[in-house]
Amino acid sequence: MAALGIAIGGSNWFSALALGVTLLKCLLIPTYHSTDFEVHRNWLAITHSLPISQWYYEATSEWTLDYPPFFAWFEYALSHVAKYFDQEMLNVRNLNYSSSRTLLFQRFSVIFTDTLFVYAVHECCKCIDGKKAGKELTEKPKFILSVLLLWNFGLLIVDHIHFQYNGFLSGLMLLSIARFFQKRHMEGAFLFAVLLHFKHIYLYVAPAYGVYLLRSYCFTANKPDGSIRWNSFSFVRLISLGLIVFLVSALSLGPFLALNQLPQVFSRLFPFKRGLCHAYWAPNFWALYSALDKVLSVIGLELKLLDPNKIPKASMTSGLVQQFQHTVLPSVTPLATFICTLIAMLPSVFCLWFKPQGPRGFLRCLILCALSSFMFGWHVHEKAILLAVLPMSLLSVGKAVDASIFLILTTTGHYSLFPLLFTAPELPIKIVLMLLFTTYSISSLKTLFRKEKPLFNWMETFYLLGLGPLEVFCEFVFPFTSWNLKYPFIPLLLTSVYCAVGITYAWLKLYVSVLTDPPVGKTKKQ
Amino acid sequence: MEKWYLMTAAVLLGLIVRWTVSLNSYSGAGKPPMFGDYEAQRHWQEITFNLPIKQWYFNSSDNNLQYWGLDYPPLTAYHSFLCAYVAKFINPDWIALHTSRGYESQAHKLFMRATVLIADLLIYIPAVVLYCCCLKEISTKKKIASVLCILLYPGLILIDYGHFHLGFALWGVLGVSYDWDLLGSLAFCLAINYKQMELYHSLPFFCFLLGKCFKKGLKGKGLVLLIKLACTVVASFVLCWLPFFTEREQTLQVLRRLFPVDRGLFEDKVANIWCSFSVFLKIRDILPHHIQIMISFCFTFLSLLPACIKLTLHPSPKGFRFTLVSCALSFFLFSFQVHEKSILLVSLPVCLVLSEIPFMSTWFLLVSTFSMLPLLLKDELLMPSVVTVMAFFIACATSFSIFEKTSEEELQLKCFSTSVRKYFTCFTFLPRIIQHLFLTSVITMILLTIMTVTLDPPQKLPDLFSVLVCFVSCLHFLFFLVYFNIIIMWDSKNGRSQKKIN
Repeated sequence: MAALGIAIGGSNWFSALALGVTLLKCLLIPTYHSTDFEVHRNWLAITHSLPISQWYYEATSEWTLDYPPFFAWFEYALSHVAKYFDQEMLNVRNLNYSSSRTLLFQRFSVIFTDTLFVYAVHECCKCIDGKKAGKELTEKPKFILSVLLLWNFGLLIVDHIHFQYNGFLSGLMLLSIARFFQKRHMEGAFLFAVLLHFKHIYLYVAPAYGVYLLRSYCFTANKPDGSIRWNSFSFVRLISLGLIVFLVSALSLGPFLALNQLPQVFSRLFPFKRGLCHAYWAPNFWALYSALDKVLSVIGLELKLLDPNKIPKASMTSGLVQQFQHTVLPSVTPLATFICTLIAMLPSVFCLWFKPQGPRGFLRCLILCALSSFMFGWHVHEKAILLAVLPMSLLSVGKAVDASIFLILTTTGHYSLFPLLFTAPELPIKIVLMLLFTTYSISSLKTLFRKEKPLFNWMETFYLLGLGPLEVFCEFVFPFTSWNLKYPFIPLLLTSVYCAVGITYAWLKLYVSVLTDPPVGKTKKQ
Repeated sequence: MEKWYLMTAAVLLGLIVRWTVSLNSYSGAGKPPMFGDYEAQRHWQEITFNLPIKQWYFNSSDNNLQYWGLDYPPLTAYHSFLCAYVAKFINPDWIALHTSRGYESQAHKLFMRATVLIADLLIYIPAVVLYCCCLKEISTKKKIASVLCILLYPGLILIDYGHFHLGFALWGVLGVSYDWDLLGSLAFCLAINYKQMELYHSLPFFCFLLGKCFKKGLKGKGLVLLIKLACTVVASFVLCWLPFFTEREQTLQVLRRLFPVDRGLFEDKVANIWCSFSVFLKIRDILPHHIQIMISFCFTFLSLLPACIKLTLHPSPKGFRFTLVSCALSFFLFSFQVHEKSILLVSLPVCLVLSEIPFMSTWFLLVSTFSMLPLLLKDELLMPSVVTVMAFFIACATSFSIFEKTSEEELQLKCFSTSVRKYFTCFTFLPRIIQHLFLTSVITMILLTIMTVTLDPPQKLPDLFSVLVCFVSCLHFLFFLVYFNIIIMWDSKNGRSQKKIN
């Protein structure tokens, strides 16, 4: 320990931050965990005790394997450590098994794999040069950025309380972004290809990767006005990129292709039978849409414009993952959400093609893709907001506008995660952690940009302050009112609608700032 | 203050660590028939709520004193009474007379933990923040760092006992060191009335205030101050004890409950002199009871005498803080009927000097947590203990960079070694020795912890490891007692020589 102390003593603040948050994660081990805990235990059991040919067919538990093959292999590797902790957790028929050793193993596996995330943050901090500020350590952009990433509230509660493996997956994404900043494009592309085969939700940001690599890597030069120089196209680069993606995919899907199981794998990966909104409404466009529908239907019933017998019984808010129909507004099909998402992404992708601004432009496009898919996607989880929040942290230390967008996005996005933890012992944890992260992020970025105009206008300040009363109402007032039994969904509805407003606003603001940004030629002159 | 947000972050971190640790097991969970301290606190709520005040401290058919009878001063009893009201509002079963014994449920645990956290939030944490903000001659950054380190001190977090007495004692220290003497003495009286163990700190308070009065001149302002102080103390005590002053027998019974002299010299395994010495010689069985009391009294008195005299003659806030440490440590090491948790009473003043001698304080605080290892293992708190100790160590090491602060000056040993060098000119190796001692001590502690956790003790010596832990800690504490006394005794010379240089 003394050697450790000497290593971290003095100026090495990064390891102190990383170790500190790791210790906090260890303290969170005995907290509540959701059904995702059982999901991952089941996957451990499936991959450990069954041959590959049955991985995507096994359905003893309702939590079937629905992640791409690399993640299955990851669980397979973990299971070989797990057997030293508790052999029983590797039994497929042992449903809802949770001994204290199982708990320890699963929690530690998340904490341990987070080292990749820590490494990625370290790399990101090296290559991001934020605004130059005071000499004090706590005012340096690198310090602020590493706190914002390492101590991210969303990751802490989703991974270490709710239970998931987002840490190392986000680590892979951040690492690939960092590689682009370091001009190691091939490595970045490789990492992203691997990431896609770990969790396919990252397909949403694939357009940004594809267009950026094609435009800024395969084309080696630009005309002086920043537009494309067609004859600078490098076939070698394109082919090597293609080869990388092909090889990674072959490694992942090849065995299943050989077993002739690809359709089954894909049907597991893309379950379109689930509903438009997840069990808890993610604060996106469809939450606003459904809320409007609900309001209209209530008004319609009051005014006797609707026939009560024709209203479908499956209520949107019953809290189950299921299909349902809107009452007044037209129902939404998966295809419609897909088209909406595509349309929402297009401008940002065009912008990346016609106004390339290096890795920073790519990062903006990636965030916009992630946000657009969050806004309009089918069956979006509220956790998916992390996909946008983490890369946005990288931008936040660079410019005041981005910092302001980041703060609105993270604060509302993180608040929308609150319904994930609904048990009493975790209530103080989520409130205090949220306060910790929010006060730190707002104050430190304010200090960083203190010489520029204020980060928020009065409207934004008012909106963010409104989250406080909302929380008080939802968790401390509403449960004691008589409405609690009759309308139990009201807190959820309020939370997601209120947060949806903020996230939509942040999305639009980011879009405006990207589209109105001067092209690269002009910025150079300035 | 521009960096208020870092201060907020430090406090919030302290809170989150407290709450997450409290999700773990508690003392005596699921261990009938006696359970543990948790049940004691719950039982006090039951007693104070259901019985009239006159019966609180008396044995009766409704109040079996053998089963966690009330043995704390009145303020604790009132506090339990208050909590009981809240408990009754939530669920009357929690405090029902007789039937609620050994009551355990998730909701009740949450309630008990919440009472502790709220009390911490109201009394202890504000005191820590205010104390560090008022520290002189250090930068804002250091102030925030000391708040963080003090709030992360594992001992107080792991033994979640509702440290109202420590909170009030801290307010006392705060008041007295910044010349709000009346407020300080009032707060300290409240502390004593929360827990009689606060008497460990009473002598430095007494000497410091007395010294202040002497300094102002006993015929003028000093006398006025002395009278004011005496009135405050008497008034606050009378107020707290009012219901028990109605009858002579009441008062005596409370006192008998507070100071159970008929119990042994020490209980369980304590890291003090008597327990460690009894490894070689069973004093408890050889000597008669009253001689044991005499011996322990003499030793305690002699060991704290020099520091107290010094403080009375030269009262200064700095001397006061160090005397608090050394007096509490003497009490812990030598006095009668010491509990292993009493080390927290020493740790609190050590926390206060953390910014002055970061290296030694961190070391002491680590040892103090280690000395409670058997207790923590009994409560199944191994994991949170290891984690919080490491967090505390990292916080101290990074924010004070303690390993670079081991020169004679930073250990406050300059004057001492200069005066020793008058006799032995080659006395220059002290810092190096201390560094080596630190390394050895940390390695010993780690090894002993690992051995205690993994190995089974031999059948003939079932308590082997806990005795070893106590013995090692006791050696450390003796060393620290010497060290702190050296600082106190050589302190004013330091001040004078600095003045001369100026």
